[in-house]
Amino acid sequence: MVREILDVVAIGFLLLGSVMALAAGVGLVRFPDVISRLHAGTKPQVAGVLLIMVGGAIRLAGTPVVWMLLLGGLLQMLTVPVSAHMISRIAYRRRHVREDLLVVHEAGFAGLADLQDDPPGDQPADAPRDQGDSG
Amino acid sequence: MSPDALVGRGTRQLPVIAWLVLIWVLLWGSFSWANVLSGLVAAVVVTVAFPLPGVTEHARFRPLAVLSFLGFFLRDLAVSSVQVAWAAARPGPPVRSAVIVVELRTDSDLLLTLIAETLSLVPGSMVLDIDRMHRTMLVHVLPVTDEADVERQRADVLVVEERVVRAFGSSREIAALDGPDGPPAEAAADDAGRNR
Repeated sequence: MVREILDVVAIGFLLLGSVMALAAGVGLVRFPDVISRLHAGTKPQVAGVLLIMVGGAIRLAGTPVVWMLLLGGLLQMLTVPVSAHMISRIAYRRRHVREDLLVVHEAGFAGLADLQDDPPGDQPADAPRDQGDSG
Repeated sequence: MSPDALVGRGTRQLPVIAWLVLIWVLLWGSFSWANVLSGLVAAVVVTVAFPLPGVTEHARFRPLAVLSFLGFFLRDLAVSSVQVAWAAARPGPPVRSAVIVVELRTDSDLLLTLIAETLSLVPGSMVLDIDRMHRTMLVHVLPVTDEADVERQRADVLVVEERVVRAFGSSREIAALDGPDGPPAEAAADDAGRNR
C-alpha cells in the first residue's frame, strides 16, 4: 500500500518535471533573443531536472543511485547559472539583443564599462588590466 | 614560506577539503570510513597540488539563516519557473524584458558569486556583467511589462542579496546591509566629491 502511494507521488514528480522541461523547450523556441532564451534554459530547465530527480529518488530509495542524483542536482544548480551567464554576457556584448522589446535599458550597451577604465564596445574587457591604475 | 603561513593556508583550505570529501562520498554512493578516509587523502592531495586562493574570509555559516535561505530559494525557483514557463507558452506577442544596473552592498568574492548564482536561477533575473570594483551588477530581467515591474525586480535582487548575506556573510557584511552605503573604505574614496 505504502509502495503504491510512493509510486503515485514519484509519478507526479516525474510528470511535473517533464512539463517543466517541455516548457523550457518551448521557451527556447518562442523567446525573442539569446538572453531571453537562456532564461528558459535555466529556471524551468533546472526545476524540471530537480523534480525528475526527486521522482527518481523516491522510486529508487535505498540504492546508492540516490546519492548520485543528489550530487547531480547540486552540480546542476552550481554550473547552469555559470554557463548561462557566460553565454548571455557574450551575447550582450555582441549586442544580440532585441532592443525594441526592452522596457528599460539602463546604461545602454556600454553597460558597466562606463564605470571602468576600459572603453566600451568590442574591446577585450576580460584582458588582464593593471588593478593599481583603476579605482 | 614560514610555518605560520602554512598553517593559515591549511585552515583556509578546510572548507574546500570538506566539500571534496562530501563529493567523493556521494560519488561512491555509500558512507563508510574507508570512503571518508580515502576521500580525505584525495582532497588533501588535490588542495596541496592545486592550491586556490581563500575566499571564505568574510563568510560564515549561519544554520538557521541558511535554512530560511534554502526555503525561499526553492519557493522562488518554483515561482520563477512557472512564470517563465507561462511566458513561454502563453499566446500573444513576444515576451518583454529589461536590462537594469543594480548596486549591491556586499564586498566579498564568495558572497557575490553566491548572489550571482542565485540570481540566475531565481527570480526572473540573469546576471549579464559584474563590476567587482564597484560591486555593481548588470541584470537582465524577464518577464516585465512596465516600469513598476522593473522596480519590483530591482527590489527582488536586493532581497536575494540580503538573504544570501544573512545566511553566509560575516557580521561586517551584515552590518554593511544596514549601513548607509556599504563598507566605507572604497565607497568613501569614490564619493569623496559628493558628500551626503
